[in-house]
Amino acid sequence: MIRFILTRLSLLIPTFIGITLVAFFLIRLVPGDPIETMAGERGIDAARHEQLKKEFGLDQPLLVQYGIYIGRVLQGDLGKSIVTRESVLTEFQNLFPATVELGVCAILFALVLGIPAGILAAVRRNSIFDHGVMGLSLTGYSMPIFWWGLILILLFSVQLGWTPVSGRIDVLYYIEPVTGFLLIDSLMSEEEGAFLSALEHLILPTIVLGTVPLAVIARMTRSAMLEVLGEDYIRTAKAKGLSRFRVIALHALRNAMIPVVTVIGLQVGVLFTGAILTETIFSWPGIGKWLIEAIFRRDYPVLQGGLLLVGAIVMSVNLLVDLTYGLINPRIRHTR
Amino acid sequence: MTTETMEAPAVTAPTATPPHPLREFWGYFSANRGAVAGLAVIVAVVLLAVFADVLAPHSPYITDTTIALKPPFWQEGGSIAYPLGTDPIGRDILSRLIYGARLSLLIGIIVVTVSIVFGTILGLIAGYVRGMTEIAIMRLMDIVLTLPSLLLAIVIVAILGPGLINSMMAVALVILPHYVRLARAAVITETSKDYVMAARVSGAGALRLMFKEVLPNCTAPLIVQASLGISTAILDAAALGFLGLGAQPPSPEWGTMLADAREFVLRAWWVVTFPGLAILITVLAFNLLGDGLRDALDPKLKR
Amino acid sequence: MKKSALFAAICVPAFLAAAPLAAKTLVYCSEGSPENFYPGVNTTGTSFDATEQIYDNLVDFERGGTTVVPGLAEKWDISADGTVYTFHLRKNAKWHSNKNFKPTRNLNADDVVFMFERQWKESNPYFKVTSPNHSYFDDMGMPKLLKSVEKVDDYTVKVTLNQPEAPFLANLAMQWAGVQSKEYADAMLKAGTPEKIDQEPIGTGPFYLVQYQKDAIIRYKAFPEYWGGKAKLDDLVFSITPDASVRWAKLQKGECHVMPYPNPADLAAMKKDPNVTILEQPGLNIGYLAYNTTKKPFDDVRVRKALNMAINKKALVEAIYLDTGIPATNPIPPTIWSFNKSIKDDAYNVEAAKKLLAEAGYPNGFETDLWAMPVQRPYNPNGKRMAELMQADLAKVGVKAEIKTYEWGEYRKRAQAGEHQMVQLGWTGDNGDPDNFLHTLLGCASAQTNGSNVAKFCYKPFDELVTKAKVTTNVAERTKLYEQAQVIFKEQAPWFTVAHAVQLKPVRKEVVDFKLSPFGRHTFYGVDIKGK
Repeated sequence: MIRFILTRLSLLIPTFIGITLVAFFLIRLVPGDPIETMAGERGIDAARHEQLKKEFGLDQPLLVQYGIYIGRVLQGDLGKSIVTRESVLTEFQNLFPATVELGVCAILFALVLGIPAGILAAVRRNSIFDHGVMGLSLTGYSMPIFWWGLILILLFSVQLGWTPVSGRIDVLYYIEPVTGFLLIDSLMSEEEGAFLSALEHLILPTIVLGTVPLAVIARMTRSAMLEVLGEDYIRTAKAKGLSRFRVIALHALRNAMIPVVTVIGLQVGVLFTGAILTETIFSWPGIGKWLIEAIFRRDYPVLQGGLLLVGAIVMSVNLLVDLTYGLINPRIRHTR
Repeated sequence: MTTETMEAPAVTAPTATPPHPLREFWGYFSANRGAVAGLAVIVAVVLLAVFADVLAPHSPYITDTTIALKPPFWQEGGSIAYPLGTDPIGRDILSRLIYGARLSLLIGIIVVTVSIVFGTILGLIAGYVRGMTEIAIMRLMDIVLTLPSLLLAIVIVAILGPGLINSMMAVALVILPHYVRLARAAVITETSKDYVMAARVSGAGALRLMFKEVLPNCTAPLIVQASLGISTAILDAAALGFLGLGAQPPSPEWGTMLADAREFVLRAWWVVTFPGLAILITVLAFNLLGDGLRDALDPKLKR
Repeated sequence: MKKSALFAAICVPAFLAAAPLAAKTLVYCSEGSPENFYPGVNTTGTSFDATEQIYDNLVDFERGGTTVVPGLAEKWDISADGTVYTFHLRKNAKWHSNKNFKPTRNLNADDVVFMFERQWKESNPYFKVTSPNHSYFDDMGMPKLLKSVEKVDDYTVKVTLNQPEAPFLANLAMQWAGVQSKEYADAMLKAGTPEKIDQEPIGTGPFYLVQYQKDAIIRYKAFPEYWGGKAKLDDLVFSITPDASVRWAKLQKGECHVMPYPNPADLAAMKKDPNVTILEQPGLNIGYLAYNTTKKPFDDVRVRKALNMAINKKALVEAIYLDTGIPATNPIPPTIWSFNKSIKDDAYNVEAAKKLLAEAGYPNGFETDLWAMPVQRPYNPNGKRMAELMQADLAKVGVKAEIKTYEWGEYRKRAQAGEHQMVQLGWTGDNGDPDNFLHTLLGCASAQTNGSNVAKFCYKPFDELVTKAKVTTNVAERTKLYEQAQVIFKEQAPWFTVAHAVQLKPVRKEVVDFKLSPFGRHTFYGVDIKGK
């Protein structure tokens, strides 16, 4: 097992170095001048421009800049935002909980609806229910989620007035950020109604972000179940006279979950992509919106740091999934 | 934006005494009603795109501010002359959607062609040459896969500048790894098989081997992946358009139309609803088709 | 657990989660996050709105007007030659406090000197903190203008200028001159975290900062010891909402009380809403399309005139600005003195335009580019759409315009370098002087590469007039010169003048005494809110 972990880790290191390279050099290729952007509408005179360039080390050769950058990254210093002058890591830490909260809710939403739907569809293969679930999930999978968000806002927030339009919580509640997760902080704050308000604000973004994972999980669960249900040991179990429910719940489900776990892990990268759009639509103060803004503002340090952190997170989750997979299914370990 | 997380199609194995491959394929395919429906929609969209000049009631570009924001015909104030209403500067939405079909199909086909061609070449090289080349290619693909696809696409568009062509290139790049992986896996499976061994022993060159023996045998999964890829490409390009980075106005690309009209969402629901529906329906059709193709081509499910 | 809670939330009707009964709270749906809380390095109204509530200046603009009134300086003396300003500070201006800092003294001369030196002297340890680019300070010509800033005693500051400057006081009333605490600055420098003073600000203003979460919220509380008396509001909340339609939806639901920059598309609905009043004021701005007068074919005045006639301005303004724009004839807005009323705009006339183009040697039109602004500004609510309409109009006279756009910083830089043929741009005035428009945007000095004259319009007779007006002090004389300059401007047509945007601010009925500022500021001291 240790060897397995080590091989997986050794594969990650070059990828991570690659990501730092990509983040650093790709961003340098983007036309535009961060100093000019920082100066704002009023422009900046040439002398001050040079001075600032020096200040930010932008006058050095690219490779030197990269070297300095990597040196700092290894010390845990991701630099400061050019726009706000706040440390990139601090900004990330402040905004990340919002994205995690949304992402976790979206995945839970997808699991809670997707797994039962997938199982039922498999058990009642070719029934109307099966066709309905598969049709809906393919529709969900095909959904342009930026549009989906707008339509849901239009319907539920504007027409019906059931849900708030945007934001994380009613601004009248003053919640001291402790964990950064508003659901938890609002419960601890003892402000009456704050928790419900935070929940209310989560509903639509959760649905929007959870739609694609829901579709994928439902489909995956169904096909995994179908495969398992066809296996010999299930037939044996049935032949032994075990009840249908026990067969499904105890034997089939456990084995069918292996591919589903993998899919959930794979969804993390997809979730970041979805978060960019969802956060933009719902003014959700998270990482996706932060990165988009950084691109439009040519905020090099934020973009570099953000890409690096997001890459690192996706990689860790993938590693975790791999390891869990290795644990559940020992065959994998030995074939590598 | 989505990445293909659907099960990767397996490689076709020769079946025993088939009637006629195409006929057999159609037999399986036509049994899948969803796939047939998808195909029908795609044919319709293709027809719309091809005959846009004849079918569209108005020009997609001519503006007329006196008829701005007319609702669809069934609503009060709407007129049958503009069946789906007009946009904020008085262009007929239906006509723009019809012309937009051209763009969306073009995006889908070009993006997928580009990424298939480059992906297959890279995959074949990686799978056949192995060694350092393979490691380099596959690590690079890992990096592309690790970063959120939309973010990467946005950075690339930021480098190249916003526009239809550039956004297609960006999308092609972010979906490239899927084809590389697929082609590589297929090559590795195929090269270990007897017939390739045999060909190699009989002295066939590497290039010849790859293109004459290996490639034809992994076309089935590539076809399936391609039809699913078209839907991803359309979605991703529309997302870029939505963020103002894709096709630029006045181009009637659907995502761009949506972004362009977004501020009117509270006042005129139709300006955002229809372009989105067009995207959804087209993407869904390609996904249905892709599913159907996979089932028909995948021997594992032919039970 | 999460699952059941989520379902509960879906099933529980929204009104159960009603807002708490707070003291007098006003929610302002602001359009974005401030860059930081130091006005000296910022240039956007968004950032200034956030600091305006916290800091005070030596002198202020009267709320809702342009008159300069006392602020932290109770009174001031100006020497006869106009070069020495002596400010007498008020003694009762208390500083806010926060978890890192408890002030031991009231505002005094040291703080005022610090405000100048931080932006002026590179030797000041704070010069480079947050950013060494003090845009407004530099832009207002302060480095050249200031000779010395001295502390006479604890409550007297003497500022000596190199030459007299009439708008000096007004310039000090602008946000860049907000006074920060020297004591706080010293303490943070000692602690090794100088940038804290710009992130966790301490001011003497009517509100102090309680909480800031990027992209979400800025929360202030009224400062009970404010020298002008405690604000009528208890709490002030900025709910950061970048999307204009969403801001409107929130205002409608009462989730916020005041919103800036409404979407023109939503105005009709806003006017119908009985809970909302729309405050209106003509803005100090102009949106325009500049022809690059140094490039063919726009070096020919006939071509420029022809294009001016080819675009249907009335339809354009109606479609883009809806009810929020006044079609522009002159390069300065009608609210500025010396606006020449007698000038007639080029009438929309496709035939005449075609004829003129033919005379200029382009009977079949030509191909060109048309740059569309990538961002939304009051003077141009939708650059892309405006470009589409212009493109369609130009096509009717045979001119094929290709729409181009770049990232905003890039866009301005390239336009100033003169890479375009036609470019959309606009301007919002800082001090209400015509010089700020006519000389800054159309004079020869700024027509050089990287100057703000993007038409690259350098026409001797025009330049002589505006340069002369700049050094003349007599207002009547200046008026004549500027009026003459506007006549030449129209004849030479370096711009297609599009519109002057009207400043509109939807405010809920329960808000009492919110005043529009001609400079587009949002000041909440003095505003009250009726109980629910």
